[in-house]
Amino acid sequence: MSSDRRALPGDPRVRELVRQAQGVSRRRFLAGAAGVVGAGALLGACGTAGPTQAGDGGRGDGPLRWANWTQYLDQDEDSTSFPTLVAFEESSGIDVEYYEDIEDNDSFYGKISRQLENGQDVGYDVVTLTDWMAARWIRQQHVAELDRTRIPNAENILPNLAAVDFDDGRRFSLTWQSGFAGIAWNREVIPDGLRSVSDLWDPQYRGRVLVLSEMRDTIGLLMLENGMDPAGSWTTDDWFDALDVVQRNLADGQIRQVRGNSYTQDLASGDAVACIAWSGDITSLNYENDGKFAFAIPDAGGTLWSDNLMVPKASSRRAQAEDLFDYYYDPVVAAEVAAWVNYVTPVQGAQEAMTQIDPELAEDPMIFPTEEILSQVHVFRTLTPAEEERYNGQFLEAIGA
Amino acid sequence: MSVATALQRPGGAPGAAAGRPAPPGGAGSGHRRLIVPGVLYLLVFFVLPVGVLLATSFYARVPGGELGEFEPALRWQNYPEALAQFWPQLLRSFGFAAAATVAALLVGYPMAYVIAVRARGRPALQGLLVVLVVAPFFTSFILRTIAWKQILSDDGRVVGALRWLHVLPPDGRLSATSAAVVVGLTYSFLPFMVLPLFASLERLDPRLLEAGADLYATPLTTFRRVTLPLSAPGVVAGTLLTFIPAVGDYVNSSLLGNNTTTVMIGQVVDARFFRVLDYPTAAALSVVLMVSILVLVTAYVRRAGTEELV
Repeated sequence: MSSDRRALPGDPRVRELVRQAQGVSRRRFLAGAAGVVGAGALLGACGTAGPTQAGDGGRGDGPLRWANWTQYLDQDEDSTSFPTLVAFEESSGIDVEYYEDIEDNDSFYGKISRQLENGQDVGYDVVTLTDWMAARWIRQQHVAELDRTRIPNAENILPNLAAVDFDDGRRFSLTWQSGFAGIAWNREVIPDGLRSVSDLWDPQYRGRVLVLSEMRDTIGLLMLENGMDPAGSWTTDDWFDALDVVQRNLADGQIRQVRGNSYTQDLASGDAVACIAWSGDITSLNYENDGKFAFAIPDAGGTLWSDNLMVPKASSRRAQAEDLFDYYYDPVVAAEVAAWVNYVTPVQGAQEAMTQIDPELAEDPMIFPTEEILSQVHVFRTLTPAEEERYNGQFLEAIGA
Repeated sequence: MSVATALQRPGGAPGAAAGRPAPPGGAGSGHRRLIVPGVLYLLVFFVLPVGVLLATSFYARVPGGELGEFEPALRWQNYPEALAQFWPQLLRSFGFAAAATVAALLVGYPMAYVIAVRARGRPALQGLLVVLVVAPFFTSFILRTIAWKQILSDDGRVVGALRWLHVLPPDGRLSATSAAVVVGLTYSFLPFMVLPLFASLERLDPRLLEAGADLYATPLTTFRRVTLPLSAPGVVAGTLLTFIPAVGDYVNSSLLGNNTTTVMIGQVVDARFFRVLDYPTAAALSVVLMVSILVLVTAYVRRAGTEELV
């Protein structure tokens, strides 16, 4: 234990960081820097090395390695450290290595699937993956069962997230954040704003539109636009009708690129003026860009997704991971994270804690959604393995993969 | 098993064998021992992976299996299927790589000439210039490519200037186009062009140029008849070192290109392998790429007739 401890306690700078984390809600950050880390990970993750122990979920040596998406954990003003994480390291004595390695679910899975199949260490002790990908990991038995008695705060999980179809009773996963996919635009170029996904196809934005490489978000929004509910019983034809829209707009150059988490770079650089986007990213991006961007759930509806914390089976540091999960399910900590990432927090009590940090954010429907917002968003229904292979394959082919 | 143990194994006392000149009869075996680490290295890191790649390219899908589940088979149809679907990307890769190689030669030759011939006799300057050519390698390849994304962005100076000059239409752009990918490739592999050219131009005897002038040849004729032929080995080596990695590159096309008209074969292999988890198609495309490069390079070297490649 003591060998894991970082030489930080008592350091006045760390104390200052922790104080800031508790007192300040909005932090500036360098979107570009975060994005670069993500893009580097795009290619760097191929050869992740690590101890290949078949762990039984004990308390192995070494740092806890956490793979997450970019801009998905509170950062300090220089974007050099993560205040809540530093506070966790200090209080628990657990050293955490935080990697912004997830650009999208498919590419992350593809890079480590071989190790997963062979039951080897994948280079991470905690991964943060979207519902459908989490479902795949749990179905294929790649994740360790959590000892919920060691995570008492997990009782704070929102009732609608406590039981999910892919993990009944939340034995293998806990929600990290939830969010919406909708449309975003540059206010300077499009002062009147956008209302529907079809507005993205306006010829005056030709070549300056992006869509997401997450099939369920891009196709989900297009299905909603076509009057189909991705959560309901749609047909193959409905799905392909939505794909046709993507292909047509790619072919005639309306869509500039299909992007993963790095789409925010293109918005920031001005190369893109409108896109399909994730709710929290736009709020974060606005801190850096003086409110230049806007996000909306389209009139026809948006999608709702959640990302889930899980421990790969071969990890030998399940105990430390459980300590981390317990820490982030503390309502005060959850509120601090939500105040920075601006996604929907899964922790009950965080709204009350938020009133202490920033009363305005406590009323933000993108963090604490109202019934009205929730009635506008849909969860893409769970696909069978055969469906997933077919639709994912078709989508990836359409976007040049 | 490590290379170090492999080095020590033959011959019992490695120190003695290396330190003393081998007896006349045993000279051959002594030299042969030196080749052991290299051969082992190639076996482990080249022959074996290529074997695995070849085997994978014939794998077949397990009926009703999980995503990415394949079984060993001899499914030769993987090849025609992969080619039927991805021939445009394959052809495009060779086209882009050829364009980038020509561009790198046009940019790199004058650079190498200045460093090797004009800066001759000034070792400090020459050293500095060579360091400048190599300097980009000190930063990450990805970061440099992302930098190009910024340089070529719609609101950047380059696009602004080209629009002002009416080279680009008012709504024209560079990033997410073929031009951006070729520019990126040219930049990425330029040092591989300059360094071999420099190496061969450095040996150019200036007296030959003087002789050319004495014989009433114009500078252009001297260049065409003397300098260029003498630097041919550098040109051949440089074009090969630029062309081969450029064909398989996927970083430039992923970061600077779009999802349709700029997709190169490396990008397809990457996506098939890491995103679609279609290992046999990815392997088959890699084999096709390797064989096509080998055929092209062999033909090129034969035609260029340069035996002593630097």
